[in-house]
Amino acid sequence: MTTPSNTTAPTPLAPNPTKPVDSAPGYLSVRKYNFWYGTNQTLFDVSLEIPEKQVTAFIGPSGCGKSTLLRNFNRMNDLVDGIRHTGDITMAGHTIYDPLIEVTSLRKRVGMVFQKSNPFPKSIYENVIYGLRVGGQNSKADLDIAVEKGLRAAALWDEAKDRLNQSALSLSGGQMQRLCIARAIAVEPEVILMDEPCSALDPIATGKIEELILELKKQFTVVIVTHNMQQAGRCSDRTAFFYLGKLIEYDTTVTIFTNPRQKQTEDYITGRFG
Amino acid sequence: MQSTRVVGEPMVWLSAMGLGIGLLMVAALLWVIIANGVQVFWPKRIEVFTLTIDGKEQVIAGELVKQQHKASSVQGKQGAEEYQIFTGNKDIYGQGFRYIDVSAITKRTMPSDALLVERLEYGNAIGAPVRLVIKGEAPISATDPLFRSRLGEAITEVSDRRDAILALEKGQIGAINREIASLEYHLKAVAGKDAADEQATKQRIADLQKSYDVLNAKAKELRAVQDDDQVVIRPYGGEERTVSMGTVVSTTWSNELSLFGQIGAFVHHLWSFLVERPREANTEGGIFPAIFGTFVMTILMSMAVTPFGVVTAIYLREYARQGPFVRAVRIAVNNLAGVPSIVFGVFGLGFFVYIVGGSIDSLFFSDKLPTPTFGTGGILWAALTLALMTVPVVIVATEESIAAVPRGAKEGSLALGASKWQTIQRVVLPAAIPGILTGLILAMARGAGEVAPLMLVGVVKLAPSLPIDGIYPFFHLDQKFMHLGFHIFDLGFQSPDSEAAKPMVFATTFFLIALVMALNLGAIILRERIRRRYATAAF
Repeated sequence: MTTPSNTTAPTPLAPNPTKPVDSAPGYLSVRKYNFWYGTNQTLFDVSLEIPEKQVTAFIGPSGCGKSTLLRNFNRMNDLVDGIRHTGDITMAGHTIYDPLIEVTSLRKRVGMVFQKSNPFPKSIYENVIYGLRVGGQNSKADLDIAVEKGLRAAALWDEAKDRLNQSALSLSGGQMQRLCIARAIAVEPEVILMDEPCSALDPIATGKIEELILELKKQFTVVIVTHNMQQAGRCSDRTAFFYLGKLIEYDTTVTIFTNPRQKQTEDYITGRFG
Repeated sequence: MQSTRVVGEPMVWLSAMGLGIGLLMVAALLWVIIANGVQVFWPKRIEVFTLTIDGKEQVIAGELVKQQHKASSVQGKQGAEEYQIFTGNKDIYGQGFRYIDVSAITKRTMPSDALLVERLEYGNAIGAPVRLVIKGEAPISATDPLFRSRLGEAITEVSDRRDAILALEKGQIGAINREIASLEYHLKAVAGKDAADEQATKQRIADLQKSYDVLNAKAKELRAVQDDDQVVIRPYGGEERTVSMGTVVSTTWSNELSLFGQIGAFVHHLWSFLVERPREANTEGGIFPAIFGTFVMTILMSMAVTPFGVVTAIYLREYARQGPFVRAVRIAVNNLAGVPSIVFGVFGLGFFVYIVGGSIDSLFFSDKLPTPTFGTGGILWAALTLALMTVPVVIVATEESIAAVPRGAKEGSLALGASKWQTIQRVVLPAAIPGILTGLILAMARGAGEVAPLMLVGVVKLAPSLPIDGIYPFFHLDQKFMHLGFHIFDLGFQSPDSEAAKPMVFATTFFLIALVMALNLGAIILRERIRRRYATAAF
């Protein structure tokens, strides 16, 4: 594509002294990762390091592989028949594909929030402690504490504390999504994956979730997939741009948005395609 | 000119017509069943016809059942008009129904004192009451104002005594018989091995035999008292006849009934049809054992088919690797629904009754052999046979409802570290229950109405006792049972008195449909409750 731009030559990246890029091993690291659905390859030789207790945003046009990569961090793609991968993903230095580790224990360490909020048709209380219940925790006192902690962390406590036994389906759309976040937090994971968490929400609910994300990074490593450039700019520390299954550029969010090295990145961010 | 018709408009009419015809046929079917079935219970007037045939007069009395034209040998011309009359008095005439030529009728009256006597044997008697003979009292003439009240008292008395005899025979005498039977098996087992035990058992049997004799004498005595009183009636155009009060169930002055009286009699007949046991080769009395047998068998079948069908569907949909093999299995399951039901009956007889039942007998009931316990048709085997027949319906419905559970719900559960089984148990199954119940409703509707396989695996024309009763161990799963569907077949095609059985067929059909509807309604109410609880609108 030809774009009459005045920034045709990518300016060399100014190295950030506090946050070294692409060098130090991150908390989650992806190494030479290729991925296929059947015969259809959706990720090509992706390598990146995601640092601990920061927000990393994945951006790119639809079908670029960002969601696929996200869903591989907790091996959600295992549910699909005919998948295959090469390369490796490690978490805190350990491969997530270790055959000795059950996938359920990986998913307890890596929580996930989906694009469409999916609370269970149970009470708010039961929703929050679902992960603890399936993990075998049944002490009422512990569960009560976990519910309050989870709902407070998801900034839902004040709205929900008087109706914990009501159906989760009685909540508004934004509240449901925060309930899903509370549900993920209650398991006390290390990483929280968010797959376009605000795409079905109005601007006010979106604002609340974004505030929440900034709060969450004090405790958790957050990876977020988003189509909303402003959102990536507002709440992420680092941004990775994907295009057609390849990682085009990965850097601090400030750099990506102000001084991208690749022309494709700049075109996407400025809205020339995508 | 341009056509103003919208393309495809005729298809709306065509599809509406299909529905209309279907509804019409269902309504017509229900109307035929209800109209003919209700007839049985509605009390009719007794008319006395005087016929003149070849100059000779003849009197016939009875209820007018229907009016029709005789079949004519000349084509296009109707035969003479005739009436079908229910004359009752089968013990005198040898039959309960007669046809009379309308043209031969010279006189037609409706005597107000005409009495209909419902009896335990030979069906109803019809005639003019003459007198009541009560033991140790002077006979009471029918014209005496006391006659009706004394007749009513006598009926209450004999029916109370009848209940007492039944309680004695079924209860106390039955218990003694059962104990003697089990002691005899015990005796057979210890014979020649344990002399002391053998002696004690023999002694116990002798004791029981003694108390049996006492009770039996008591029952005999009661039975004899039943014949002490008599009512004398005179059939119209016939001789006086004495009817023992012991055989009288009820009496009706048919021609004196007001509208309310008729309604009362209708309700009474309907109720006794529902709660009584059949008599007279099933053409008289009620259908309670058949209703109860059908109900228990359908419930047992549901209890067997639901878990079996649901776990199969879970494996097929959630665990099995989708591929040509699973597809083939699915096609095979669907085809199973098309196998003629009699084939399932034969399979049930061969597998459940002979192989499984025979093995159970030789393992646990060997002391009773060669008398089979489970090695013969019974309600359990019938329920399992029908469960096998209806399992494809449940599998298909469950699979579809599992497939309809939103992916987001399953992923939400898995992402929280739940295992596959935990997800199925906590998320998939609760959401799939309405669909599973739909499958169960279809299975019950098919199973409850099935007759052919049941004839091979445990249904009988007349069962002496119910599959669930107050006798230890309360659930008699090995017992043969009565079934409404088979009852219809038996009444309609195996009855010695087809005219008397005809309206009973309709009435029984009506109650079979009502029972299936009641069971389905129960399942539908349950489904709606669950659906409200697990409203999945938010996914």
